[in-house]
Amino acid sequence: MSMSSKSGTAGLSRRRFLQVGTAAGGGLMLGFQVGGAFAQAPAPKKYVLNPNAFIAIARDGKVTFQIPQEEMGQGVYTSLSQLLADELDVDLANVTPLPAPPSDALYASPRSRRQSTGGSTSIRGFYTALRQVGASGRAMMVQAAAQQWGVSAASLRTESGQVIDDARGGRKLSYGELAPRAAKLPAPQEVTLKADKDLKYIGKSVKRLDAPEKVNGKAQYGIDVRMDGLKVAAIAASPVVGGKVAHVDDSKLKSMPGLQLVQLDDLVAVVGPNFWAAKKGMDALDIKWNGGENAKINTDAIWRDLEKGSQQKGAVAKEEGDVEKSLKGDRFDAAYEMPFLAHAPMEPQNFTVHVKKDGSCELWGGTQVQTATVKAASDALGIAPEKVTFHNFMLGGGFGRRLATDMVTKSVRVAQKVDGPVKVIWTREEDIQQDMYRPAYRNAMSASLTKDGKIDGWTHRIAGGSVIAAITGGKPLKDGIDGDAVEGAVNNPYAIPNQRIEYVQTEPKALNLGWWRGVGPNNAVFAIESMMDDLAKKAGKDPVAFRLAHLGNEPRLKAILQIAAEKSGWSKPLAARMGRGVCAQNAFGSYIATVTEVDVTEMGKINVRRITSIVDAGRTVNPDTIAAQVQGGILFGMTAALYGDITLKDGRVQQRNFNDYRMMRINETPSIEVHVVSSTEDPGGIGEPGCSAGPPSLVNAVFAATGVRIHRLPIDRSLLASRKIA
Amino acid sequence: MVTLQINGQAHTIDAPDDMPLLWALRDIVGLTGTKFGCGIAQCGACTVHVDGKAVRSCMLPVGAIGNRAITTIEAIGDTPNGAKIQKAWLDIEVVQCGYCQSGQIMSATALLNRTPNPDDSDIDAAMAGNICRCGTYVRIRQAIKNAAKSV
Ligand code: FES
Ligand code: FES
Repeated sequence: MSMSSKSGTAGLSRRRFLQVGTAAGGGLMLGFQVGGAFAQAPAPKKYVLNPNAFIAIARDGKVTFQIPQEEMGQGVYTSLSQLLADELDVDLANVTPLPAPPSDALYASPRSRRQSTGGSTSIRGFYTALRQVGASGRAMMVQAAAQQWGVSAASLRTESGQVIDDARGGRKLSYGELAPRAAKLPAPQEVTLKADKDLKYIGKSVKRLDAPEKVNGKAQYGIDVRMDGLKVAAIAASPVVGGKVAHVDDSKLKSMPGLQLVQLDDLVAVVGPNFWAAKKGMDALDIKWNGGENAKINTDAIWRDLEKGSQQKGAVAKEEGDVEKSLKGDRFDAAYEMPFLAHAPMEPQNFTVHVKKDGSCELWGGTQVQTATVKAASDALGIAPEKVTFHNFMLGGGFGRRLATDMVTKSVRVAQKVDGPVKVIWTREEDIQQDMYRPAYRNAMSASLTKDGKIDGWTHRIAGGSVIAAITGGKPLKDGIDGDAVEGAVNNPYAIPNQRIEYVQTEPKALNLGWWRGVGPNNAVFAIESMMDDLAKKAGKDPVAFRLAHLGNEPRLKAILQIAAEKSGWSKPLAARMGRGVCAQNAFGSYIATVTEVDVTEMGKINVRRITSIVDAGRTVNPDTIAAQVQGGILFGMTAALYGDITLKDGRVQQRNFNDYRMMRINETPSIEVHVVSSTEDPGGIGEPGCSAGPPSLVNAVFAATGVRIHRLPIDRSLLASRKIA
Repeated sequence: MVTLQINGQAHTIDAPDDMPLLWALRDIVGLTGTKFGCGIAQCGACTVHVDGKAVRSCMLPVGAIGNRAITTIEAIGDTPNGAKIQKAWLDIEVVQCGYCQSGQIMSATALLNRTPNPDDSDIDAAMAGNICRCGTYVRIRQAIKNAAKSV
């Protein structure tokens, strides 16, 4: 069955195939396939519903939404439910969101074509698609009622899960009553999405569906898995990437009853009845590692490589105008650098695995990539993916860490040696030292100004490791470009007639790389917004006015930057060693303008006093969630700017826990005002972009307060100490 | 064998004296609402109450507790301040991933037990030991103030 939307509100025109089926107990189910043949997903036993569906309506009227995306705090269970409930016309209070089982064929995002929660793509991918699924369900309910009553569908309306016949005394049929009949109907060829004025949930700050269980301890995260016969393991992987176990002295462990040593070539685990016992067993081991060549690597060497890389010509990601000519005159050069970072989600890595004697495997845990998790287990065991059952749990933070599946693979390898199910839990030290790190980047930039203070020429060369290359096992990049690494740089919002953006793939040794909240724009926006501040100063212009003068092609960003300046009191004078910094950005389909106000003590201590952020994320689903994501994202980014730095000594990560890999705390957090403007543009992503707004607005505020330009993050406070304003 | 008074009930568990309360709660008693975040009293995810005061259960050996009353997130809603805090949390949507929130709520409730009308510096002092990686601090501060004002 094909369908298209008559009044698609997000410009989505791709035809999609709707699947109708019968739910357990004779209800209705609706789903769509993203392309290719309709595949049957392995249905984990806990789902009573056939999983080929986003919506299932049971005879008793109970509505279940199977949510393809993972809930990791970004509110996606709620926002995707809003899309479905509004168009289906059911009360959100009567809806149960459940995690959809792993299946790219059934649950891949129409945008990314794989089942993955990352890149701020959930709303952008599913906004129109899920509205269409909801609207189709509603149309089928109306059609079923029309059949039953023998009247025309056009004379009926729906309200809160009921079809109502106003012309005949307001008689009603509930969706539950209609579901068996509706399930036999073909899916509608065309559906009309609700007009904006009729929307009940979309665009409203409805309450989060996952919150009640998160305030009383009932919410279940991967680490909370319990079952009969469950063992718990502590794990130590080689502290040097690529290293091997040289020797394990387990003489002390032997006198500790109930513990099992698992020794593999590159990792050691101790399995016990509970985590404390397992960890004590681990602490009793004396493990010698053979780190190999990587054990010679220190961070300094990596930075030297990055500097060298940034001096080479890179692969050209974008070129416009005559760059060489434009840069001939009075040229300004600068470099801005970002360090390696760990994700450090509050829930340390863990996975529970039962490798069974019949050759099958069961998994319990939280991940951002359900199908890749199944694949990681099937690859590690050399079994078919159909033999792997995955039980989905809440994520105690993702931030990109759980886009990788190394914790799945390691847990499966340990579980292969264990009789029965085992929960492998990483200590915080293991979590920080065995991460897939955000790459360090060096941005080498040049620009020139016209006489009237407009940017004429601009080059932005990014040197750094490629996450895409890491994920694809080191395959050469297409045209030498890592699209994530240059994101934000190639779509620099400022009007610049002559510009070139380059990427130099400079792989760090001895560190594994991964996506980190905010991805490429974190780096690009930091570099661009630092450069813009430097150029404003050179041109003798106010930083906001200088940006506004270059935003002729970006009316949305221009508008919110003006609001940010107004709401933050941008032009109000400040005392000595206080300053305001601005960041304007276009990332993940959303625009954000941010002003941060700081004071810097004579000792170089930075106090963040106030943050004002204006967001244009297009059409909104849940504005309060957007505000929350931006508040949290800004702090995530600022934490990195103030403290985040992963360093290597002899190939080993030096940071261990929250004492030396610091997080911002409540006493360091200022008021953060977020205003979400109303817009009828396509919805933008919001999980990531707040993150890139923090660091530039902070360093620019420090610049305003002290006259000191920060070229490398995290901010070196000694540069700020006892300097006077220039 | 150690006997602990948890949420108004006596639990006799087979655990060595040096086992931190956190792991006894999670792995033996089966109360998983109390979370593991760092294991070194740096993050507050493991916060419980012992005689109404907030303590980090990851560093508190079960052998050192004796007969004192332990309250966890699972039962804090039965106390007047715990219920107020939970409601205030829901009213302004504090939670994101939620993993730190058990600890945040336990610390915030202990604060209200001791200081019914906390000001910003009281909140800083009581809550600085609780990390939230999702960055919900602005709302935590507001929710504590709202809870203090509620009746
Ligand atoms: S786990 Fe106890 S303070 Fe972090
Ligand atoms: S809500 Fe995620 S760590 Fe606090």
